Amino acid sequence: MSVAPSGFSLTDLSGQTRVFPTGRPSLICFLKEDCNTCNLVAPILEAFHQAWGDHADIWVLGQSKDGNQILQDRHGLTLPVLDDSALKTSFAWGFEIVPAVYWLDERGQGGPCLEGFVRDEWQALAQQISADLKAPDCGVVWADLPDWRPGCGSKHLDPEIHERLLAEADNSPIRARRIEIASSDDLDEFMFDQGFSDGLPLVPPTPERVLRMLTGTKRGSQEIVAVVPPNMAPATVEKVAINAVMAGCRPEYLPVVIAALEAVCTDEFNMHGVTATTMGASPVLVINGPIRQKLGMNMKLAALGPDNRANATIGRALRLIIRNLGGAKPGGVDRSTLSTPMKFTMCFPEWEEGSPWEPLHVERGFAPSDSVVTAFAMTSGPVQIVDQESRQPDQIAGTLGLGLEGMFLSKIHRMPVDALLVVCPEHVKTLLSDGPYSKARLRDRIQEVTRRPLRDMVANEISGAGIPLASAAKMTDAQLDMLVPKFSSDQHIHIVVAGSEAGKFSAAFHGWVTGPAGSVPVSRKIEC
Amino acid sequence: MTTILDPTDERVPVERQITARTGDISGIVGLLDIHKPRGNILLDELELLLATRYPKVELRRYTKPTFAKPCPSDLRLQIRSECDYLVEALAD
Repeated sequence: MSVAPSGFSLTDLSGQTRVFPTGRPSLICFLKEDCNTCNLVAPILEAFHQAWGDHADIWVLGQSKDGNQILQDRHGLTLPVLDDSALKTSFAWGFEIVPAVYWLDERGQGGPCLEGFVRDEWQALAQQISADLKAPDCGVVWADLPDWRPGCGSKHLDPEIHERLLAEADNSPIRARRIEIASSDDLDEFMFDQGFSDGLPLVPPTPERVLRMLTGTKRGSQEIVAVVPPNMAPATVEKVAINAVMAGCRPEYLPVVIAALEAVCTDEFNMHGVTATTMGASPVLVINGPIRQKLGMNMKLAALGPDNRANATIGRALRLIIRNLGGAKPGGVDRSTLSTPMKFTMCFPEWEEGSPWEPLHVERGFAPSDSVVTAFAMTSGPVQIVDQESRQPDQIAGTLGLGLEGMFLSKIHRMPVDALLVVCPEHVKTLLSDGPYSKARLRDRIQEVTRRPLRDMVANEISGAGIPLASAAKMTDAQLDMLVPKFSSDQHIHIVVAGSEAGKFSAAFHGWVTGPAGSVPVSRKIEC
Repeated sequence: MTTILDPTDERVPVERQITARTGDISGIVGLLDIHKPRGNILLDELELLLATRYPKVELRRYTKPTFAKPCPSDLRLQIRSECDYLVEALAD
């Protein structure tokens, strides 16, 4: 078992400070008052003290303040009982079971630790001490004692206590600044006052909770996940975990949050632009692969709405990281005219099992067994596309196209802008009613039904948006009669399946500026 | 005492920040007596000094019902809606 690794300075019941190592041989025994085996060995330790106390320090380290006094009174102990109710020494020495007894030399080094009570082991220990000290036997009548008694789990291993001790230890993975909040202060109000919140209440990121969150990933706590714009702040795994706690995530969500942060902090996604635009863009996260089930994400009824913890908090964690670490706050770099509720959170999984098509992540080059997050920069959504009447596949596809035509402004066409179309299961069913209906055919149909002559885009008395009159005046009739679809390329139409099996209501998210000057969707594999 | 971990990039100190000083006093200044003994005397003196030095500043007096309890929310809202600044006399 463990060897005493460190010195300590503790106070005994008389208030005297005791420092280890003592410069003499020492017997150090950790006890807790409510452990039967600890009470069995306490008189033995007293006998050791009576026999050898002149030559060695025989000390008990008790694990609770009140219990230590009880132990002393109950057994008439005259040996020093030291207060380790903070459990830091217990934690540092690393045993698991009390009683835990160590026989150590003048420098505090020594042999194995005995845990619990095995009579033969304790008897052998007594013989060794007697021999080492060249002192007479201690007089314990070993035959009167039981052969064996199990000990109890040491108090420092109680889950909540252990997490606190881990967080406070020198080798703790926690490095973030600690903020101490007086008990007279309102914790929730304090976090609002400090500007940590998106406007909703937060889960306090205590060291214990953050440590628990860090168990969700194998990555080191100080690894840099990304550099977060606009402040270009390095986001360590620990900082991501702190914000994930605040958002309400469970530890198993952390790898998704990490992958999402990696995705949006790429040059392609351009989180700075997404944040700064007056248009009010937001990341929209689509989750694919086995992790959807592992996290219990909602991909069916109300998939784009509230109530599922993973859907809700993963998106929120990303938002909190962007605002708290990146500094993206409204009025600062966030200049959205109206902004969007998607900035609170927008994350949902694709219902791959309800889709006739390759899932989004497979389309984008990943294996079906990969878990992947794909980030889109979207300015509107989800916008409902309602069609309860169409029964023909091309009719439904046509409706989806007409629904997308309203993106930004219905008269504007040939747009180099992404859209994310979420097809509901009933619309999928109608699309497949005459046989297979590929995504490519759906994209073609969307482009087909949204073709309009360029002259419809010319500025007029109804709307000044579109092709300026001066430009239109230089165009021939043939040019003005040219039919152009809604999207400049069908590659801008991204398609996933989600939602309840009842209801003919699909939805669309409308993009922001797409391409190198704007944002390009980015996928990242989720490493669990 | 509760300890939480800083979720930010730690470039700004975590403290209760005082409001930025403007270097001037204008508008309406409230003088709040929390009802501790002789708080009114302190505020009388302060009112005199302010009135002399800043004749254009309007001074308004407020009194808490008791120092032993938090300021009633109605009074707090009244002060907030009426004043640009507030001086609170805490000690007796």
